[in-house]
Amino acid sequence: MSISDTALRTIPNRLHSRGYRLIRSWEVLLLGVAILIFFANTQASPYFLDPWNLSDASFNFTEKAMIAFAMALLIITGEIDLSVAGIIALSSTAMGYALQLGAGTPTLVLIGLSVGVLCGAFNGVLITKMGLPSIVVTIGTMSLFRGIAYIVLGDQAFNGYPSDFSVFGRGYAFGVITWEIVIFVVLAIGFGVLLHLTNFGRKLYVIGNNPTAALFSGVKVQRTKMILFLLTGLMSGLAAVCLTSRLGSTRPSIALGWELEVVTMVVLGGISILGGSGTIVGVVIAALVMGMVTFGLGLLNVPGIVMSIFIGGLLIGVIALPRLIGLIAAQRKR
Amino acid sequence: MSLSKKIALAAGLATSFIATTAMADDVRIALVVKSLGNGFFEAAARGAEEAAGELGGVEIIYTGPTDTTAEGQIEVINSLIAQRVDAIAVSANDPDALVPALQKAMDRGITVISWDSGVAPEGREMHLSPSSNALIGQTIIKLAADEMPDGGQVAILSATSTSTNQNIWIEEMNAVMGDYLNIEVVATVYGDDLADKSYRETQGLIQTYPDLDAIIAPTSVGIVAAAQAVADAGKIGEVNVTGLGLPSEMAGAIESGASKSFAIWNPVDLGYATTMLAYNLATDAATAEVGAEIGMGRMGTATLDDNNEAAMSTPFKYDASNIDEFKSVF
Repeated sequence: MSISDTALRTIPNRLHSRGYRLIRSWEVLLLGVAILIFFANTQASPYFLDPWNLSDASFNFTEKAMIAFAMALLIITGEIDLSVAGIIALSSTAMGYALQLGAGTPTLVLIGLSVGVLCGAFNGVLITKMGLPSIVVTIGTMSLFRGIAYIVLGDQAFNGYPSDFSVFGRGYAFGVITWEIVIFVVLAIGFGVLLHLTNFGRKLYVIGNNPTAALFSGVKVQRTKMILFLLTGLMSGLAAVCLTSRLGSTRPSIALGWELEVVTMVVLGGISILGGSGTIVGVVIAALVMGMVTFGLGLLNVPGIVMSIFIGGLLIGVIALPRLIGLIAAQRKR
Repeated sequence: MSLSKKIALAAGLATSFIATTAMADDVRIALVVKSLGNGFFEAAARGAEEAAGELGGVEIIYTGPTDTTAEGQIEVINSLIAQRVDAIAVSANDPDALVPALQKAMDRGITVISWDSGVAPEGREMHLSPSSNALIGQTIIKLAADEMPDGGQVAILSATSTSTNQNIWIEEMNAVMGDYLNIEVVATVYGDDLADKSYRETQGLIQTYPDLDAIIAPTSVGIVAAAQAVADAGKIGEVNVTGLGLPSEMAGAIESGASKSFAIWNPVDLGYATTMLAYNLATDAATAEVGAEIGMGRMGTATLDDNNEAAMSTPFKYDASNIDEFKSVF
């Protein structure tokens, strides 16, 4: 290769056109999967396309998605919070305890959210101030938060929540649209704007791609991460309010295993587990996909374990597919 | 094959699938269990199928979550409501958290009963317990007495001194001791439902009471440890271990002779009786109200108490004749 050859070559800013990138994007692929699953569900069960049934089924994902939005931001910066289900347990227990002392609905909600934020702050301080790895800290606090709930409750339950408290988990805003769906939509838009249209959102990608460069560029890395842990705590508190309201009772085993479902939702949504990339739209579609798969298979009375296998297979499949296409394309070029 | 043909084929397959699985006139009874992959519940499902075969025109939907969580069961219940099943019979992971979902099911005309592990009264029409405290208390002493026709000494190895269930059963047992005048209860010890402590307490019993004829352990942990201690002390044939245990864990003790028999509910009977009750309620052949007597097929009738609860039967006796059949079940 001569020098003149290279001099003639122009290096484009982007390899592919905007349209091509959109079609090849994760979100479009996932949307295709979602449409496919929706179609399959309508064919597989005559009960799927019933507005009330779909409305009932939306509870499969709304609460988890609330946390997934905040978790997405956290994972984009290269951190993770595995204590979210533990936060739900502790927050719900705190609400139940306050209930026994005679708290009304507004106080209960305030307590639920505050405990969430406090738990997030506890995680955040350990991780950002003391420099401990988030995966280790939150595995610890996952047991710690739920452990406190077990100490308070043992094999007992708090129940007798006031009837107006049930609006969050069982109330309808209008028609078949539940308040949880409204919260889900509002949060999806809110988090979408925060991540994609604000300065703060841009910084998260910078931190995730190169925290050192971010630091030297004047981004307050630790402070930003602290805010995200608080936000994740707040969302877990919100999910605790909704779930407690829906169940009408608190047990220490509440929301057991949800941390993995939330992380699955985020990763399925195309947020790189290594940090630095992904969109809120992807998480929204992933939430819908997971909800539809669970409900659709449930209508066919498919056992839960098969459902887990299906979700796991879906996750691996959707992650492997673009990589596979890339590999095949590279082979052809050669 | 073109894409459109593929889609048409898939749709065709799906439709034929629906046509074969759902018969419109069938009474569809959903047996919702704590979690799938548990031998106890698999056996209950077999009993449910037996009842369905006997009744005819009944479809059993055996389902449940993967983990023993209330949230998982609620998802299952929601999908059953969506399918408009005729009856839901649930063994609950949480007596309170399922109430809103089950109330919704009842609002939509679905018969809801709980079995094995109950739901709070406002969330179901009735509850079927496998047995009652009185029947359990009577059974554990009878098991010991049947093996000692000449009377003698028995000792009790319980869980903890504060275990509600065990204390009630022992109390119920003491209430019928008048029927066994030649049997003397010499001691009650507590193994705290820990294998090693139960083992040591049994060793202590054997040393303190050389003439001991039987040990009654109304706890599945204690009975296994006691049988092991008796075997290790070379007292097989002298001291009979009995009480409440699981066939899978007790098979060895029955084989060695350390335990001649023990009892626990029979999951097959439980699934059978539950299905019979659900069928009778769903078809309006019976109404769940205080004092009602509802048929359970070969298991007799269930009489509802003040809380709309009923007990199925005395615990089922397991011995050398049937242990092989059940040891792989639960």
